Amino acid sequence: MAKFHSIFDIIGPIMIGPSSSHTAGAVRIGLASRAIFGEMPENVQITFFGSFAHTYKGHGTDLALIGGLLGLSTANPDLRYAYDRAKESGMKVKIVTSKEKMKHPNTAEVRMTRGSRTVSVTGISTGGGSIDLVEIDGFNVHVHNDNPVVLIFHMDRPGVIASVTHIIGKHRLNISQMEVSRKTKGKLALMLIATDGDIPDDTLEEISAVEHVVQIIDLSEIRREPDAAKALMAKGAAQ
Amino acid sequence: MRRVTTFSQIVRTCEEKKWKFADYFLHQEMEWRRRNGEDSSPETILEKMDINLRVMESSVKEGINGVQSYSGLTGYDATRLNTYRSEKASLGQSIYLDAVVNAIAINEVNASMGLICATPTAGSCGVVPGILLAAREHLKLNRRQQLDFLITSGGCGLMIGNLASISGAEGGCQAEIGSASGMAAAALAEAAGGSPRASSNALAIAIKGLLGLVCDPVASLVEVPCIKRNATGVVNAITAAEMALAGMLSRIPTDEVISAMYSVGQLMPSALRETALGGLAQTPTARRYTRELKQTGKITWQDSKKLPSSE
Repeated sequence: MAKFHSIFDIIGPIMIGPSSSHTAGAVRIGLASRAIFGEMPENVQITFFGSFAHTYKGHGTDLALIGGLLGLSTANPDLRYAYDRAKESGMKVKIVTSKEKMKHPNTAEVRMTRGSRTVSVTGISTGGGSIDLVEIDGFNVHVHNDNPVVLIFHMDRPGVIASVTHIIGKHRLNISQMEVSRKTKGKLALMLIATDGDIPDDTLEEISAVEHVVQIIDLSEIRREPDAAKALMAKGAAQ
Repeated sequence: MRRVTTFSQIVRTCEEKKWKFADYFLHQEMEWRRRNGEDSSPETILEKMDINLRVMESSVKEGINGVQSYSGLTGYDATRLNTYRSEKASLGQSIYLDAVVNAIAINEVNASMGLICATPTAGSCGVVPGILLAAREHLKLNRRQQLDFLITSGGCGLMIGNLASISGAEGGCQAEIGSASGMAAAALAEAAGGSPRASSNALAIAIKGLLGLVCDPVASLVEVPCIKRNATGVVNAITAAEMALAGMLSRIPTDEVISAMYSVGQLMPSALRETALGGLAQTPTARRYTRELKQTGKITWQDSKKLPSSE
């Protein structure tokens, strides 16, 4: 089966060097973490595992991840100054490396805190700038950045899942992947829904009105992000 | 349009329709986008490619001005080469030297965390644009011809990626610099007025020249030997294009050369496929750099900011 379909898979992407897996992928993990946290964290602890732990310094993987947390795209030349930008934004960053063996060599855990609120996200860089998220706030997940993905935090009660999927089906959207996980019976649970097309905002609003739905996080940002690179270029950043 | 999967079929189609490779691959791209429900007009595709070309132009400019890698291991070599070209050029001016300056500039920008366009990868991003930006001066190519150069390169890379590999982790450096060199050779032969058959031969000759090249990045960085190998890919591509334009033919057909590259990648031990466990990456000096990088976050091999006076 053909792996590549478009000439732009070969001539492109436009990105900040030096490595699609250690730089562009790390930016995307940062962007995804920020989207999940929903606001600028005051404190961030980034833990690098495997190859990331060994080579993050030379590849600027730390800068890339911090840049992503600040909302910079994979093509933003400001990534180089991510530590300065973080300081200006009042975001304190701590980098830790771990010898713990992970399933994938390019793994990073991001722990974000603001006030009393803490959320952790673990992502892996799978190559060519693609990422998977494997853990969100203690829930094991499998999020790939190919499809539009929505995370729905909800109380573990009967009927919630059916109500949510009913709304999606009613709007004629096709679910391509779905995962449900919980840590404790009857407590907070996470529903992960990937769809073939973007879920419109009004549909998301309808879902958020469902009883026992606590929070909805739309991860389409991490997919739209390469377009941000194009927009940057169109504005003449290359001149 | 039927989706063909071999170079011999593409050459035959081009000969039947009196097309260049660029025409063929532009039609293929339009077809793919139409099927995918995307805007498939040639204008949109050319505009998108023009953005890539602008990034390539800006990378060359930035690299010649002088950049140092984020690790500190490499930098300012494009500036050195550019000064050498304008002040001495001991071996004379040539498209080779021009393309090498560009290729080193672009790959140094990549290592400095600057903005680049991957072609086909970040580590090999200097080869195709390095040659294009030199050839457009020497061959007086207009903007459309320059975009055709990238379309032909992209189409050839697509074929190589699907028939073999464009990843160093899968196929070694032959899959990255080797593929980039093959792509550029085909596009250069076409830009110089060669037939699709000449482009196909240029691609085969270029890939054969770098067959078996291993990926052995020092300290796991995309710097040594990657940056200078972009220059190797450039001269190999120009030479292959010259041979093909002279009518020389690859005795092994292009499709079989690409299959051979795939099988060499399969046979290559993983120590020589981007893991930094063999080759240059395991020399005593490379191990010292690796330790230093781990301990201090930087590599100091000399004050690379200081350009050597013309000794």
